[in-house]
Amino acid sequence: MALTLKDVSYFPGCSLATTAEENNHSMLELCRKIGVNLVELKDWNCCGSSSTPSINDELAFALGVRNLSLAPKGIPLLVPCPNCIVRLRQSLHKLKQDEKKRLSYEEKWGRPINPDLEIINFFDLVDGIDFLDFSKNRKKRLQGLKFVPYYGCMLAQPSKLKEYNKSYHGVMEKILSSLGGEPLSWPYNSKCCGTYLSVAKPDLITPVVNEIIKGAINAGADCIVTPCAMCHLNLEVRCNLKTKIPTMHFSELLSLSLGTDNYEKWFLKHLVDPKPIFQSAGII
Amino acid sequence: MSLKAASASKELILLKDRITDFSEQVKKLSSIDFSQCYHCQSCSGGCPFSQAMDYLPNRVIRLIQFGQKEKALKCSSIWICVGCDTCAIQCPNAVDISSVMKALCRIALEEGYVSEPDISDFHKEVINSINRYGRTHKLEIMMRYKLRKRDWFGDMGVGTKMLLKRKLEFLPSRVKNMKEIKQIFEENRM
Repeated sequence: MALTLKDVSYFPGCSLATTAEENNHSMLELCRKIGVNLVELKDWNCCGSSSTPSINDELAFALGVRNLSLAPKGIPLLVPCPNCIVRLRQSLHKLKQDEKKRLSYEEKWGRPINPDLEIINFFDLVDGIDFLDFSKNRKKRLQGLKFVPYYGCMLAQPSKLKEYNKSYHGVMEKILSSLGGEPLSWPYNSKCCGTYLSVAKPDLITPVVNEIIKGAINAGADCIVTPCAMCHLNLEVRCNLKTKIPTMHFSELLSLSLGTDNYEKWFLKHLVDPKPIFQSAGII
Repeated sequence: MSLKAASASKELILLKDRITDFSEQVKKLSSIDFSQCYHCQSCSGGCPFSQAMDYLPNRVIRLIQFGQKEKALKCSSIWICVGCDTCAIQCPNAVDISSVMKALCRIALEEGYVSEPDISDFHKEVINSINRYGRTHKLEIMMRYKLRKRDWFGDMGVGTKMLLKRKLEFLPSRVKNMKEIKQIFEENRM
């Protein structure tokens, strides 16, 4: 079936460009299969991460605005990283209230900035799609895989961004179970992984991460699935339990469910090898 | 009014009488109305890192309500808060506490109070990296951070594992138009 590809602009952010390359690649591959051509935002800069708002709020705002100014006209901007999207939406929110600032940035950089830009996350893009339509012979490839969904904290928006207050809980379970996976319930669905405290306060983060992973093992899961690259990194690097289970990017599982030859490259990036669980479930 | 009620009202501390320059400053910088907080402590019960805080989240709000500037700026909680917004979601009045915490961090730095240098140093290294490349270069951030802390061997295991898996890149990914990035930093006093 020949698909007409729909263009969507996207902001990878520093994590997907480096530490979570496997998240980026599996997402790009998957999107092409479902008819979405992701066009990387030209010359994007760091969203400001969690650090700038604590040190210099105006700097955080300006870094966000530069990215918004680079967004192509007429198409939504996908921001798959749950941390980056909060930063960019906050900049957009502020920009909407301050026309004078917007005009001054437009003049400075010589390009228009759309205050009504539609910023979407990965769930907005995939929710509602019947992935079986894209699976050969409607095969449910994830049959036999038990997982716990780990949304992390960042998908919840601060209360002043009420226009984005939408709950995404249940989306991963719905989509992955339609592809044969078995979601298990557990209490750590949206527990914060500690983000950057992992560098500054590792001793504080290890027990938190261990508790989350123990929770997944106790629930009987083969793996943890997350849409957040930061959570993925923390769960991988800060766990010091003897028994570990792999943490998978949501995009990797979706790609695997549609059949992919590239999983070996992505798996190489994992500190906990995911191969055994997929082999024993007969998925690869 | 009965005698009893009159003496009780004398003991009440009215928040509107307690508006201080400091509480006004925090309100302005965070754009959050924290007078909405009636200390039900949902935030403190839900905070995943309250065990590392010297003042629970609602108590930080209390300090501001009472104009206790020095205590609020010196407390570790404002730096420990990672902004996961678990508190704001659980708050019946939707007080965006993490924005208040971040505003307090900025005032604390300006006034020279740094109760958690490990965390503020990390933030500064991240910002320095954005200033240099327009993006974060994680390997360099980690190395410079270790240098600043004079902690040469802590976390070597994790660093090595990440390097072997190429989770840390040796070379930074850069913005091409660095002129715009430099201009942003100059205009924002960094």
